[in-house]
Order: sequence, then C-alpha cells, then structure tokens
Amino acid sequence: MEPNIVSINDFSKQDLFNILKIAKRMEKPHPNLLKGKTLATLFFEPSTRTRLSFIYAMESLGGKVLGFDDASTSSAEKGESLWDTAKIVEKYCDVMVIRHPTEGSARLAAEASSKPVINAGDGANQHPTQTLLDLYTIQKTKKTLNNLSVGLLGDLKYGRTVHSLVKALSHFNTTFYFIAPPALQMPQTYLDELKKKGIKFYTESNLQKVSKNLDVLYVTRIQKERFPDPVEYQKYKGYYKLDTNLLKHIKKNMKILHPLPRVDEMDRSLDNTSHAVYFEQAANGIPVRKALLALVLGKAK
Amino acid sequence: MKKEMSISAIREGTAIDHIPSKDAFNVAKILNLKNVKGTISVATNLSSKGMKKKGIIKIGNKSLTQEEVNKIAILAPNATVNIIRDYTVKKKMKVALPNVIKKAIKCSNPNCITNKEDAETVFSVLNKTPLKVKCHYCERLMGREDITLL
Ligand SMILES: [Zn+2]
Repeated sequence: MEPNIVSINDFSKQDLFNILKIAKRMEKPHPNLLKGKTLATLFFEPSTRTRLSFIYAMESLGGKVLGFDDASTSSAEKGESLWDTAKIVEKYCDVMVIRHPTEGSARLAAEASSKPVINAGDGANQHPTQTLLDLYTIQKTKKTLNNLSVGLLGDLKYGRTVHSLVKALSHFNTTFYFIAPPALQMPQTYLDELKKKGIKFYTESNLQKVSKNLDVLYVTRIQKERFPDPVEYQKYKGYYKLDTNLLKHIKKNMKILHPLPRVDEMDRSLDNTSHAVYFEQAANGIPVRKALLALVLGKAK
Repeated sequence: MKKEMSISAIREGTAIDHIPSKDAFNVAKILNLKNVKGTISVATNLSSKGMKKKGIIKIGNKSLTQEEVNKIAILAPNATVNIIRDYTVKKKMKVALPNVIKKAIKCSNPNCITNKEDAETVFSVLNKTPLKVKCHYCERLMGREDITLL
C-alpha cells in the first residue's frame, strides 16, 4: 500500500478493509505505540477540529506533535514554496499532516517529503481521513458495509466529502440516492462512472420520496466557500431543513451521518434520537487517525 | 517519397506527416522550433487519401525527443514521424499517446498546485479516443476541449 494517505482513490477495497480493521483495534489504548515519533501538522488554512483530532490521536499513542495552524505566521506567507517547506519540515518529524487550500498540494508534498504525508484536505479535492471515518462509522453502526442503500443529501455538486465517500462506497455494492436540488446534483462524470461500474443510483430532490428506502442518510451542509458565485449560494442555503418530521418516513434503524459543522440543515431535535450518529462519527476520527498514523509509521498492519 | 519532396526536400531531419490540416501550425508551435538552425517548412491543406486535408511539417537537422513526439500525439493522434537521412526515410514512427503525459499539458483547474507553484504537470491518460486525462495532483478530469499545451 501507498506509504502516504493522499487520496481515497489510491486505495483498493482490501486497503480500506485493512485500515478499518486497524481502526477498530485502536479503540483500545496503545499509549506507547508511537513513542519517540513526532508528527508535524502543517495547516496552511485553519481547521481546528481536524487538527485537534490528529494531535489527540498522536499523543494518545505516545507520540509528540509540532506544527502550525495559521499560514500567516508560517513560511508560506514569506513566499516559500510548499515543496521547500516539506523538504525542511521532514527533518523535524517522522510523519506530516498537511491541510492546504490548493488542490493537489498533498500529492506534491508527499513527493517532496521522504517522510509519510497524510492529507487533511487539499482545497476542493480530497480529505481521505474524513472519508475513512465516514466508512468506519457506517460499518460500526450498520454492522456491515455491503449492499446498503445510502442517501446523500445537500450540496452534491461541490461537496468534496460526498464525492470521496461515493468513490469509497462504490466498492461495496451500495445503492445510491442522490438527494439535491437539480443545480447541486452529483456531477455527470461521477454518475457516468457509476453507470460504467453497474452500480445502482437514483437522483431526486425531494427527500420524502426516497427516505423510506434508506439504511444511511449522509447529510451535508451547503458550503458557501465552495460556490464560485455568492448569488448562487443565496438561492440554495436553507434548501433542506431536517427535523423530527423526517422520522415518520424512515426505516427504524436508519442512521443519519453528517461531517459537521452543520448550519441549519439538521435540527437539534434529531440529536437525541437513535438515528443520529454524527457526534459518534466525529469521535470516530480518533481511532481512524490513530490507525493511519500507526500504519504509515509501520507500527500496524 | 517523390510527392513529399515536391514540398521541400530535406537532407537530414524529421518530417511529420498526417497532421490534421487545421492543427499543423499548432503542432509547429508546441515543438518550439525557434532555435532550430535547419530549414523548416509547414504545409497545410494538402490532399490525402486517408483524411480530408492534411498538414506536413519538415524540420531540417533535428530529431524529435520522446517528449516532443508525445505532444504531437495529443494534437495529432494519427500523425507519423519520419526520420530523414540523405533524402530518404530512414525510420517511420507512428506517434502514440503514452499512458502518462508529463510536462506537456497545462491543468485546466486554476486552483491546482501545478498552476500555483513550480511543479511539472503529470496526467494519466484514462481514455485515448475520445481523449480523457486526469491530473495526477488535483485529480481533475479533462477532455480534448479542456487541453492547452504548455
Ligand atoms: Zn491539476
């Protein structure tokens, strides 16, 4: 397997299973597993939750963390190239996590660095640790990844988490329900690919029409920063507002996931229902990131 | 080879044949022939059996590198490259699109790292006809219409 975690597209079905298996083991404490190892966190744009999750994961395995979370205080501000930054930082660490607003940055950093690189988001492209914790959450709460009916709701056009999750779930005979206003539907290239692979999918804008079929509903917010045109964003914000009315139209054990943060697409009244697993999902970032750190450092297989 | 010689015979060099007529000047452009000392001729709107109208480029005293041949393949997938020695065709090569195209195409994604910092572009060829390539860095898919050459 790749020594780097850059894109979900780099992993086979077997790789994915393997990572999930290690993550499960990481639910238990391994306080000395990465003793003497150092993680560098290079956050060229802020993402507090992701960064904290990596720090916590590394420290709970006995490792150390250094890094920055604000590009304005870093070398990038002085015009240093990402390539050079990676070359310099590799001397201070055993593994690096990078978040960067430019697509393809993690791949470039991985090529520059002799130490493993984990992508914590490269612009609109990839965020593989999110995708893996989504998979882990589905597997954990549904007891399987196979043959599920999965609804994805919200901004499917620009939503990077959705695109990556669809790619990953394509290994597991998923039936997809793409629920979005027509202008924010899944890009045609993804639908063509599913067609080519013979994977079943439906596109729909009205959640109620399909909600009864779903084993999993993956809700995403409509992200302002991904819209090229702010006027376009105004049209669609608040398009979906899920609340307990939804519960009348779903399977008893349907699970609702959300990558968080939410805006107004999901009411808090859903939080205490057995369907809501999004806080558990966020917490699952810990064992998954522990697994990835251990894996790329050769301490788990 | 008499027909080709009627355009402009070269003693040593390269003749690129079967270029779509409309792309002949583009092919000449990407080959960056400014510093070539030998005779260069570009011919367009020639009749051809196999295609509507074709173009030919002849470059004196120059052999093409693999990279240059690859660039030709993106614009003119059916071109042939003839290596000329002493007025005769010594070697005929079909251009072939490689599975990976390096340093030839610009990524159409303005927010791709290859457009932001000094990084060589790398594209994998997913499909040859119609052409479909994927940026190794930002993973953007591009068709023939999205492609601009570096
Ligand atoms: Zn690109």
